Amino acid sequence: MTTATVHIDGRDYRVDATQNLLHACLSLGFDLPYFCWHPAMGSVGACRQCAVKQFRDEHDPHGKIVMACMTPAEEGTRISIEDKDAHEFRASVIEWLMVNHPHDCPVCDEGGECHLQDMTVMTGHDYRRYRFTKRTHRNQDLGPFINHEMNRCIQCYRCVRFYRDHAGGRDFDVFGCHDDVYFGRHTDGALENEFSGNLIEVCPTGVFDDKTLARHYTRKWDLQTSPSVCVHCAVGCNTIPGERYGELRRIRNRYHNDVNGYFLCDRGRFGYEFVNSPARVRAPLERRHKDAAPAATTDAAVRSRLAQLCALPSRTVGIGSPRASLESNFALRTLVGADRFCLGVSERERRLLLLALALLRDGWARAASVHDVETADAAFVLGEDVPNAAPRLALALRQLVRQAPMEISDGLGIPRWNDAAVREAIQHERGPLFLATSGETRIDEIATAVHRAAPDDLARLGFAVAQALDPEAPRIEVGDGVRALAGRIATALVTAARPIVIAGTTAGSEPLLQAAANVAHALVARGRDARLALVLPECNSLGVAMMGGASLEAALETLRRGEADTLVIVENDLFRRVDERTAHALLGAARHVVVVDEVETQTTHYGDILLPAATFAETSGTLVSSEGRAQRFFDTFVPAGDVRPSWRWIAEILDACARNEGWTSLDEVLAALARTMPELARVVDAAPPARFREVGQRIPRQPHRYSGRTAMLAELTVHEPPPPSDADAPLAHSMEGYPCQAPSSLVPLFWSPGWNSVQALNRFQEEVGGPLRGGEAGVRLLEASGAMPYFLEAPPPFATRAGQWLIVPSYSLFGSEELSMLSPGIAERAPAPHVALNPDDAGTLRLAPEARVVVTLAEGKWTVALRVSSAIPRGVAGLSVGLPQVRGVALPAWGTLEAAPPGEA
Amino acid sequence: MERPLTQALRADGAPLDIDEYERAGGYRALRTALRELQPAALTAMVKASNLLGRGGAGFPTGVKWQAVPMGPSARRPKYLVCNADEMEPGTFKDRLLLEGNPHLVLEGMMLAAYAIEAEVAYVFLRWAYQRAEETMRAAIAEAYARGYLGQHIFGSPFSLELHLHTSAGRYICGEETALLNSLEGARAIPRAKPPYPQTSGLWGKPVVVQNVETLCNVPVIVERGVDAYKALSRTDEGGTKIYGASGRVKRPGAWELPMGTTIRELLEEHAGGMRDGYRFRGLIPGGASTDFLGEEHVDVKMDYASVMQVGSRMGTGTMVVLDDRTCPVGMVLSLELFFARESCGWCTPCREGLPWVARTLAAIEAGQGQESDLELLAQQSRLLGPGHTFCALAPGAVEPLQSAVKLFRDDFLRHIRERRCPFRGQAA
Repeated sequence: MTTATVHIDGRDYRVDATQNLLHACLSLGFDLPYFCWHPAMGSVGACRQCAVKQFRDEHDPHGKIVMACMTPAEEGTRISIEDKDAHEFRASVIEWLMVNHPHDCPVCDEGGECHLQDMTVMTGHDYRRYRFTKRTHRNQDLGPFINHEMNRCIQCYRCVRFYRDHAGGRDFDVFGCHDDVYFGRHTDGALENEFSGNLIEVCPTGVFDDKTLARHYTRKWDLQTSPSVCVHCAVGCNTIPGERYGELRRIRNRYHNDVNGYFLCDRGRFGYEFVNSPARVRAPLERRHKDAAPAATTDAAVRSRLAQLCALPSRTVGIGSPRASLESNFALRTLVGADRFCLGVSERERRLLLLALALLRDGWARAASVHDVETADAAFVLGEDVPNAAPRLALALRQLVRQAPMEISDGLGIPRWNDAAVREAIQHERGPLFLATSGETRIDEIATAVHRAAPDDLARLGFAVAQALDPEAPRIEVGDGVRALAGRIATALVTAARPIVIAGTTAGSEPLLQAAANVAHALVARGRDARLALVLPECNSLGVAMMGGASLEAALETLRRGEADTLVIVENDLFRRVDERTAHALLGAARHVVVVDEVETQTTHYGDILLPAATFAETSGTLVSSEGRAQRFFDTFVPAGDVRPSWRWIAEILDACARNEGWTSLDEVLAALARTMPELARVVDAAPPARFREVGQRIPRQPHRYSGRTAMLAELTVHEPPPPSDADAPLAHSMEGYPCQAPSSLVPLFWSPGWNSVQALNRFQEEVGGPLRGGEAGVRLLEASGAMPYFLEAPPPFATRAGQWLIVPSYSLFGSEELSMLSPGIAERAPAPHVALNPDDAGTLRLAPEARVVVTLAEGKWTVALRVSSAIPRGVAGLSVGLPQVRGVALPAWGTLEAAPPGEA
Repeated sequence: MERPLTQALRADGAPLDIDEYERAGGYRALRTALRELQPAALTAMVKASNLLGRGGAGFPTGVKWQAVPMGPSARRPKYLVCNADEMEPGTFKDRLLLEGNPHLVLEGMMLAAYAIEAEVAYVFLRWAYQRAEETMRAAIAEAYARGYLGQHIFGSPFSLELHLHTSAGRYICGEETALLNSLEGARAIPRAKPPYPQTSGLWGKPVVVQNVETLCNVPVIVERGVDAYKALSRTDEGGTKIYGASGRVKRPGAWELPMGTTIRELLEEHAGGMRDGYRFRGLIPGGASTDFLGEEHVDVKMDYASVMQVGSRMGTGTMVVLDDRTCPVGMVLSLELFFARESCGWCTPCREGLPWVARTLAAIEAGQGQESDLELLAQQSRLLGPGHTFCALAPGAVEPLQSAVKLFRDDFLRHIRERRCPFRGQAA
């Protein structure tokens, strides 16, 4: 970092010379108010709030007002924040903003965590002189996630800069002029961009509020919050869930410099409502005989039944889950033994996950963090629909394409924080991003080139790129067009300082992963600091892969061979994993079925005993993200009913079978896990243990202004009950505890005196926009060893088949993930099941554009809507998967398509 | 008296066509420059002539051009833009040239483009100037037809494509960076400087934006030489200036006169003095965004430096005269309503401050003012000053306000104390 000495109110400070004065002042801990500047979006100088007085030199008695955000922190800069004129001007800016801002704080959802409130107090403006009418606006219905209240707008332009410039949205803009500026859509309707939820945090006041929170509204100071990790994909974004009265109320972003930074996707932000879903299992249920309905039962009955069912661990197969924590999977593995532990995925997915793991463990390129992708200067995506499968990574790619062209603005001497000037200088120039996919993606528009082909042909392109990069790479014969493209991609990647290769398991193709590995290998062989980012399907896919275990098909074989007769299924709906026949066979082959899950699924109906599992918000645990980063989430609240973490239910079974492991806390499970599995040993360090204390105190989950504590249970008891104990976390379900900054993995909320909004985050970072103080949360478990040779075999070229189509999976951000679909807003945004088909193929099949199509696969038949898309290669069809209506299919696979008979739904 | 910019204008107001223009010596300067002058020499000449920007800011034209990256390493294409978005209240000097002498505008643009090695030029024309649109369109077509625009002009290596862009009609588009945003198809909001347009201006490439009248001076400089050009002026600011006067004078209009002509000459000789029954009370010298000057300043020379010395700005040099039967509060209110409406809405002080000012003035004019309002207006004038806002719109807007509150304080107080406008019914 180039540093400079700046003089602020008579003292010298060393600051980052490449930054502006606002960044410097905030990083130094000064209270300098601002609105339009954002650490991830730079400066535009619109709001004029961060005014300071700048002096030419020590002999300049007058100085002049400048905007700190637009002034470089150059060596010798002299400024005053305290200067009387600067002070008066900053208070005036608030006075101007208050001209039209409604005085509706008491009924505003933002109240109590409003940056505008904080800045108003900070500037000291407290008396209203404006005596005329205010302008008013009509609000829009922006869909299920966001409330719009334009009257509160202070026109900082952050929303439109985030939505359009940062996230690439098109259906939101700024309209009008003078004191009648409007931020919204051209007409009412759901915001289309999948990062719309960030408007809630980007907006400094209450224009964009969380509509899901509004339905069960609680002030920030009345929310109990904890550090958590998103469970809706494998990226591992850090979150802050908030609860009151046993109901999860919202998710907020928890800054992590290497992962999510300032932004979450809408699935991660709004998918939380499954926690409050009526589909939740709240108490143990028992089914006395096969045909009976599950019925409520007692603890004692459950205990004796479990003892009976699982008396012989050697007769039990345990089915774990990529959506369950390491601890729960490990407990199950301990119960049944490593031989009878199943990862809870199909054989096909297991192979893919193990291959992905091998790439990260023994490949050549380091696993890329989201931050790596954001700051890299070239990328090649092989097969993955990144916006739908790993949305936060897609947002990072939107920033990646801006990196290389910044050479232009750098060359003109424009500092990178000068956002509008940088954008003007680089115009529509974009750095290299090559997409090779089997269908269209929402980032096609920012790609240098898009190549569409069947998965095997995409893999062949990858092999050709590797060959173009490194003569040692396996040889492959491809056509001239592909060879030329491969050459172009290879040149772009090898001339980049930090090229990124992206592939994953959600495309369902091992050759694609192998091709990506070869490209990364070749780049490293050429001496590039290449990184590999893998897209994996679920929040703990990599964790279970590292744990190792059998597939569901293998579990079925174990049962069929008579080697076991009892199934313990943890947080897994088998019908989403394998076809209905296999799932039925599995459940039918077992004499006894114990299911532990958070929600009712098709699988839970088959449980002889159904045990209610705690969600991420109700328990603590560890997940391994697709980057190989183990991250701990801590329970936000104690759930009602007999809901327990899955690993505690397993401990209960162990205990009932007189095999007490002595597990009374999460840390004990983790210790056992670390002893048993050396590769996972470091997960213990993902966060401090439950015994961790700061100055002898726990970290409070409730803010110090938490209200009504003594009255909340008054209808039950007038005595204030003691806070629930927590054996698994060093946090307290209380407002009492260590009042200062906790280690970053334990930060339950961002708050600092005078900073009640999310902007308090500034106070938790080493420098604004940089890492959290005390190091980032989590530990990286895998560092590529380089032991893996090139994959030698490229797949043969794709050949179409008469009357058959290669059905490839098509994911939906809203809809393809199981738990988030139980949230009403997500379900509302989910598409209807559909199949995408090349127009020529649709013509061959004589399908009208509005036709419904019957898709026949080995697993069964689905009647779905047709989507004609020229992005789909001929002979290939993209079937929407993961939706409740289309699940348990293993794709890619050959299938047939025909027009649905008239009248068929 | 020489009037190089306007002496060829036809008496009937019809535009000079290309033949008439050439007969009057048109395009000679361009031929000479392409034949005899290197671009850098032309720029040096313009700098030496001390031609100051006629759009109102008075920035030295040659200095502006010198900041353009030149030579083979410069990023291209480079652009030249003629700012014909004349929308300053009371200002109609560019209109005279656009409607009457379109080829002079084009020749000035071509010379400027040659000097900065621009390949593409735009005329950014105010939408309401529909007659100018016709004349400019016709002139551009004539110039292309003769090969004066396009490839290899007059057989030289210099080529220029020139386009006419009719704007959507916002005052802020007169601000050069807002103009550039608008030309790019973006919202018409200004940009922060640096970077200056000469390095990254139009579609990220170098551009020079120049006012119509400024460009029309360039052929004169080339044609007559620097010394003769400077001699046209009565001061050390080069050339002639198109001055104007409106308000209750006998002969409102615009006249090309030596730079540095006094206000008294303008008012009494050219505008014919006040209309009968009206007394002079003050004037804003150069469009709406300049400070009022009173009777004591009528002998001031109208050039940038002299008017600055007495606490106002020459601006566009087209004065609006206030008489004794027109309410000064009403006049300032009308100006501030304009500025509040034309604020682009980007920065807080301008967007929120100007409407507040306008509403306060409206309240005073309607007899609902309070004495504390005067303090508020003075304070807002100070807070909306240069450097506080994103661009010069609000600082310009408060110039007539701050001076009016001082100069016509008694009128403001009468409004407030009598709870009515004392001028009501007088102006007729």
